[in-house]
Amino acid sequence: MTIAPPVVRTAPPSASSAGGSGSVSWMAWPALLSFTLFGLVPLVGVLVLSFTSWSGQTEEIPFTGLDSWRSVLTDPGLPHALWVTFLIMAVSWLVQTPISILLGVFLAAQHRYRAVLAVLYFIPLLLSQAAISITYKALLDPNFGLGAGLGLEFLQQDWLGNGTLALGVVVFVVSWQFIPFHSLIYQGGVRQIPASMYEAAQIDGAGKIRQFFSITLPQLKYTIITSSTLMVVGSLTFFDLIWVLTAGGPGDATRALAVDMYQRGFRSNLMGPASAIAVILVLCGLALALGLRRLGGRDQADSQMEGA
Amino acid sequence: MLDSRTSPPAGKHAAPPKARRRFNPRQWNVLGGLAGWLWLGIVVVPLYWIIITSLKLQSDYYATNPLAPPTDPTLENYRFVLESDFVQYFINSVIVTVGSVGPAVLFSFMAAYAFIRGGANSRFLRGVNGLFLMGLAIPLQAVIIPIYLIIIKIQMYDTLGAIIMPSLAFAIPLSVLVLGNFIRDVPKELFESMRMDGATEWGTLWRLAFPLTRPALVTVTIYQGLTVWNGFVLPLILTQSPEQRTLPLALWEFQGQYSVNIPAVLASVVLTALPILTLYVLGRRQLLSGLTAGFSK
Repeated sequence: MTIAPPVVRTAPPSASSAGGSGSVSWMAWPALLSFTLFGLVPLVGVLVLSFTSWSGQTEEIPFTGLDSWRSVLTDPGLPHALWVTFLIMAVSWLVQTPISILLGVFLAAQHRYRAVLAVLYFIPLLLSQAAISITYKALLDPNFGLGAGLGLEFLQQDWLGNGTLALGVVVFVVSWQFIPFHSLIYQGGVRQIPASMYEAAQIDGAGKIRQFFSITLPQLKYTIITSSTLMVVGSLTFFDLIWVLTAGGPGDATRALAVDMYQRGFRSNLMGPASAIAVILVLCGLALALGLRRLGGRDQADSQMEGA
Repeated sequence: MLDSRTSPPAGKHAAPPKARRRFNPRQWNVLGGLAGWLWLGIVVVPLYWIIITSLKLQSDYYATNPLAPPTDPTLENYRFVLESDFVQYFINSVIVTVGSVGPAVLFSFMAAYAFIRGGANSRFLRGVNGLFLMGLAIPLQAVIIPIYLIIIKIQMYDTLGAIIMPSLAFAIPLSVLVLGNFIRDVPKELFESMRMDGATEWGTLWRLAFPLTRPALVTVTIYQGLTVWNGFVLPLILTQSPEQRTLPLALWEFQGQYSVNIPAVLASVVLTALPILTLYVLGRRQLLSGLTAGFSK
């Protein structure tokens, strides 16, 4: 990084500059205050609320110690929600990563159709998850949707009425929206790989596939970690999409953590247990982010240097 | 993790023609090409279906092949949607987006400037910056319950302001990070010469840092604008009355109400996406670089 050390100052007009700090500090205050009020205070607040039995409807917030935690931790709904969250996370990672890498490499290349393709590819990213989910809900209708249109038997299923299928639909819709984003990240990563590496490989007689596995993939290591971190941590908080698509159903088949939290808090008026789940959500996110970071090993800043 | 910016490797500048040859499509990546075209189909079919269906009459929708274009296209659905208060929801979305992203980017720009200029000598500023970095890891959904409580306590429940304030706050961490990375690239000598000329820090912010980081400011504004425009959780939880709905929430309510009138529902989808798609056509490059803001430059 390039934070210059306090370089030798040419002249000492001390009072006015005072190292620049005294006179600029105030500029950080508006951002600090806004973020403290609606970011940091709530972060502490969610922990505090997890020790209460607030209903969300009343003025008083009764302090009830560990009751909420006890009820959440003994509820079989929690392991189920964790399992659903994990499934969505793992399967959507497995689906998105290879396709995004493939598309990223493809997009990094120069060819005639690239511009046209790129325009269409990124449209899903621009739509709200509510809009996308509403569309897919109608599109997957067994009688009037895509299946009927193409006349394909296997597409004419009750996609959102079956637990396993509904989970698959959630993963598919997530991928449909986010694969373009991750291919964009991979495209950037591929473009940073030095051409000289491929030339050397070519001289050594390595084929295209060999080059992909021996150069492209290892060189993308840090891009893969960045993209995976975003995918995995992001998937913890999928809410809009699941809520509009299935509302956690059928039954509780797609009731992931964030959906579980919303239903307990804002539908069943149990803000205490809902807050406990929110705390678990924060902890999972932190653990995953730190874990993936450790996986990355050394600092990323020096990762893509030539010959590294 | 997030600031993965590295300078392009030297080889890129040294040998541009070779770099191009590396990506010759004729010898490169049949599999990638196949995936590329296949994915195009997966993206385009639903989009095509949304548009043709939104132009069909409800009776046609149930009678014709879903993928066949409408026999006689109609704008009836769009008229129906516009008459269902969508103009009001559109205005609400504009107010919320402008009202939160404008101040958020301004505050973030000031904070990023303060950190780059004074961070080396001020523990306070370094601490604030550390706080924002940590803030990147806080998911909005996880703190929605205390936000709801705060909004009730300050008597803002069911107002557009209730959506604006948390949106503003959660736009700050990433914006500070990205803008900081760009202000850091401004040569130190320029700041020095501004100071020699007797400019205040406030003056330097606007006359030096602002013009030089304008592309980054546009990028950050676009990214945050898109996030707020498409936001669903905050309006869902912090508002109640139909007059305060923003577009994504209105969409959801609309499809709940008219779930049998699929063409009208899809017309509402098209209408809510239209402003963003227009922007996309006008400034594709800016928009895409905005989407990956902070992950690549």
